[in-house]
Amino acid sequence: MKDVGEYDGAGEATIFDRSRPGRTATAQLAPETLASLPPELRRRRRPELPEVSELQAVRHYTRLSQKNFSIDTQFYPLGSCTMKYNPRGSNHYAMLPEFLSRHPLAPVSMGQGLLACLYELQQMLCEVTGMEGVSLTPMAGAQGEFAGVAMIRAFHRARGDAARNEIIVPEAAHGTNPATATMCGMKVVEIPCNPDGDCDLEALRRAVGVNTAGVMLTNPSTLGVFERSISEIAAIARQAGALLYYDGANLNAILGKVRPGDMGFDVMHMNLHKTFSTPHGGGGPGAGAVGVGRRLLPYLPVPIVGRDATGYVWLDERDLPETIGRLSAFMGNVGVLLRAYIYMRMIGRDGMRRVAEYAVLNANYLLARLRRAGFEAAYPDRRASHEFILTLKREAAERGVTAMDFAKRLLDFGQHAPTVYFPQLVPECLLIEPTETEAKETLDGFVAAMTAILAETVTDPERVKTAPHRLPVRRLDDVRAAKHLDLVWKRPPGGDS
Amino acid sequence: MAFIPHTDQEVREMLGAIGVDAIEALFDEIPADLRAAPLAGIPPAATEMQIGRLMSERAARDGRALNFIGAGAYEHHIPAAVWAIATRGEFYSAYTPYQAEASQGTLQTIYEYQSMIAALTGMEVSNASLYDGASALAEACLMAVRANRRAKTPRILMPRAVNPAYRRCAAAIAGPQQLLFESVDFDHESGRTAPDALESWGGADIAALVIQQPNFFGSIEEAGRLTDWAHAHGALVVAVVNPTSLALISSPNEWGQRGADIVVGEGQPLGVPLSAGGPYFGFMATRMEYVRQMPGRIAGRTLDLDGRPGYTLTLQAREQHIRRGRATSNICTNQGLVMTAATIYLALLGATGLERVAAAACARTEELVARLARIDGVRPAFSAPRFHEALLRFDRPVGPLVDALARLGIAAGYDAARDYPELGHTLLVCATETKTAEDVLRYASALEALR
Repeated sequence: MKDVGEYDGAGEATIFDRSRPGRTATAQLAPETLASLPPELRRRRRPELPEVSELQAVRHYTRLSQKNFSIDTQFYPLGSCTMKYNPRGSNHYAMLPEFLSRHPLAPVSMGQGLLACLYELQQMLCEVTGMEGVSLTPMAGAQGEFAGVAMIRAFHRARGDAARNEIIVPEAAHGTNPATATMCGMKVVEIPCNPDGDCDLEALRRAVGVNTAGVMLTNPSTLGVFERSISEIAAIARQAGALLYYDGANLNAILGKVRPGDMGFDVMHMNLHKTFSTPHGGGGPGAGAVGVGRRLLPYLPVPIVGRDATGYVWLDERDLPETIGRLSAFMGNVGVLLRAYIYMRMIGRDGMRRVAEYAVLNANYLLARLRRAGFEAAYPDRRASHEFILTLKREAAERGVTAMDFAKRLLDFGQHAPTVYFPQLVPECLLIEPTETEAKETLDGFVAAMTAILAETVTDPERVKTAPHRLPVRRLDDVRAAKHLDLVWKRPPGGDS
Repeated sequence: MAFIPHTDQEVREMLGAIGVDAIEALFDEIPADLRAAPLAGIPPAATEMQIGRLMSERAARDGRALNFIGAGAYEHHIPAAVWAIATRGEFYSAYTPYQAEASQGTLQTIYEYQSMIAALTGMEVSNASLYDGASALAEACLMAVRANRRAKTPRILMPRAVNPAYRRCAAAIAGPQQLLFESVDFDHESGRTAPDALESWGGADIAALVIQQPNFFGSIEEAGRLTDWAHAHGALVVAVVNPTSLALISSPNEWGQRGADIVVGEGQPLGVPLSAGGPYFGFMATRMEYVRQMPGRIAGRTLDLDGRPGYTLTLQAREQHIRRGRATSNICTNQGLVMTAATIYLALLGATGLERVAAAACARTEELVARLARIDGVRPAFSAPRFHEALLRFDRPVGPLVDALARLGIAAGYDAARDYPELGHTLLVCATETKTAEDVLRYASALEALR
């Protein structure tokens, strides 16, 4: 006897495979006769959606969830992603029924409690970043980047300086930086990094000029080290008439210790789903709030929460006529913003600083232990920030075991893999970010797994190269996926209709 | 310390392993002159109990309105199972499925979602979601310009009957890439985009025509005629659709001779709470021939080393982490968890369930319009058939009425006068399956009493 959902060698059944004509799921509404809709406007062919019982749907998606690694079930040291614990309290109180049932266009008089939270969140984000104003509306880091570069563009244009159409980014930057610059109609100029991981100042001096609109930097950088020449970079940018953009991807490393505004940045985005611990949700929803210095205040995306004699109000295009505009139909990912607000209130003033301190402690501890276990650090003379890079170029050259093989084998040990092959300039790299919420014994467990795999690369390299072995599927054929595109379910030939 | 597990003993051991005396020493590469002062503007820590009380008090102050607003966000019943499953930690606290073997749950869910969106829209392929309906329209316009190789000018015809917030968002996101948005008027009697209004663009080079169905006023457009006109003039058709309506109304593949080319919309009606505006998700579907122009994640079914089926992210060469400055978009992480909820919602409802939701919403709106139109000085603005939303014309400004009804706990509708001043005093109203005859009566009585 085979359970309906049991693995049968053909992969987990899809919800469509479980469908039977005429089966209904949840308590349905009664049928309705519709006089108002003329027949010629009606749909001709019914959409083929699954017909399953409520139990079947619940069991199917519960089973699917169990095939995921997640923070709640595994150590998840995915570099550059800040996979820290997402407090359940943040989720619970952001999902109070009154917040969930509020229509975005309901009068503000019916939403003063919620607007108070958003207003205070704007203020707290200004405080931790040293910025003058914040807009909460971008729905992810990439949208925050878009808003930031669009504001840089608007600033130069308002001064009649439309020739500034270049954005400078270090070659180690996240791919979103150049992609964003392109979306904003800018040209991308990439500059190299020094062997010690800092920005190449000479290359920067050569790159800036009358066409430079802005310089985008991540600090600590994507190489997992603090950019020590940040003040010189800010001076070079300023002298060239360019604005300085802070990519907040790594804000977790410096929270409460250094503020982007104090480092000379004019504009930045924050990934609230990283630093302020809102859930990553299997790929969103995030929130990419933007902060700006005084010069860019008029260009912030709308809406923003303001305050007048009547209470909290939305500020929109009428209040900020020079705004870069609207990035969503309403107010971005409000529910995510509430979770960030609750998290910030729970950790409080001293908790901010502790986030950075323990994130950096965990990273440096893990780096020290892994080096002692025989791994090579990409920047051995540098202090790690909240994350660090190992390079497996020696293992790849000598034993043919790549960073990807290591990543896949780690899954067998119940550890989510670090980020692999980013940044691209470090060969065979693993970018490892433990975060502050992990206990010492969890880090020790990761070291043990890494040590065991390193030994396997000598004793049984095939075992590593063909990993994973203990997951629901073996290594998947990505080339086939792209060559024989199968993107939607189709009824198998001869299946019932 | 909230959410930090370290004991003092462990901290000492860890510092010893690193070879420093204090945590502060780990920050020694940061120049001293940059160090931040204590964050005076951040309140001290609150316990979960304290913040819980604050949030509950603020929520209670806002209360729960009797809602008749639509305008792009719609109140539907959400089966309890939807978010009970979606907020399981394995979905909630996972990240983008880069390690496919450890993310089969998320990846298969995306594949099923893509299948459901393709079925609903009648299109061949779907991506794994975008941020929301408005930004999805912006991405669709950019995609149409890439996909339409015949058009030399990045010109998009954008009817004024398209949601004004969507038009503003598309201009903000696609504007910097020099897209030209040209306005097309609507017929003031029917409330539909008039095919005649397109004729002045007959000789122009056009990349795409946008058709919102139903349009912002709730009116059902003559989508077939508009689609055929666009195709006859070398333009692609970008459809903006309400997913609930697709259970009843012609799907975009059925429009005109060839159907729409790119279909986007707001996914919120599919099991996502109103939540003051988000998180929602945008959906996007298209023809297979345009799949490489599509932005966003896409999951595909493939085989593993042993020849067994499994799922992975595919066509990643379109995306920023590979192609950097030449990617189709900068979008990466977007609305995964919300998409998961919508997949569960559609699985629970099926086509029959969605048809009944759509029909009930349609019927409740007709009852609401009929009842409100009995009030002196209130009448429907347009004559075209509608789905679950209607523009009402008033004989006086609606702002004060909306404010007065808000004091009675009724969210009366969206005041459209700012976006369409030429129509006079107008209010956009919506009643979904969540509204009863008593709710309609309460609204109508309250409005009558104000006059």
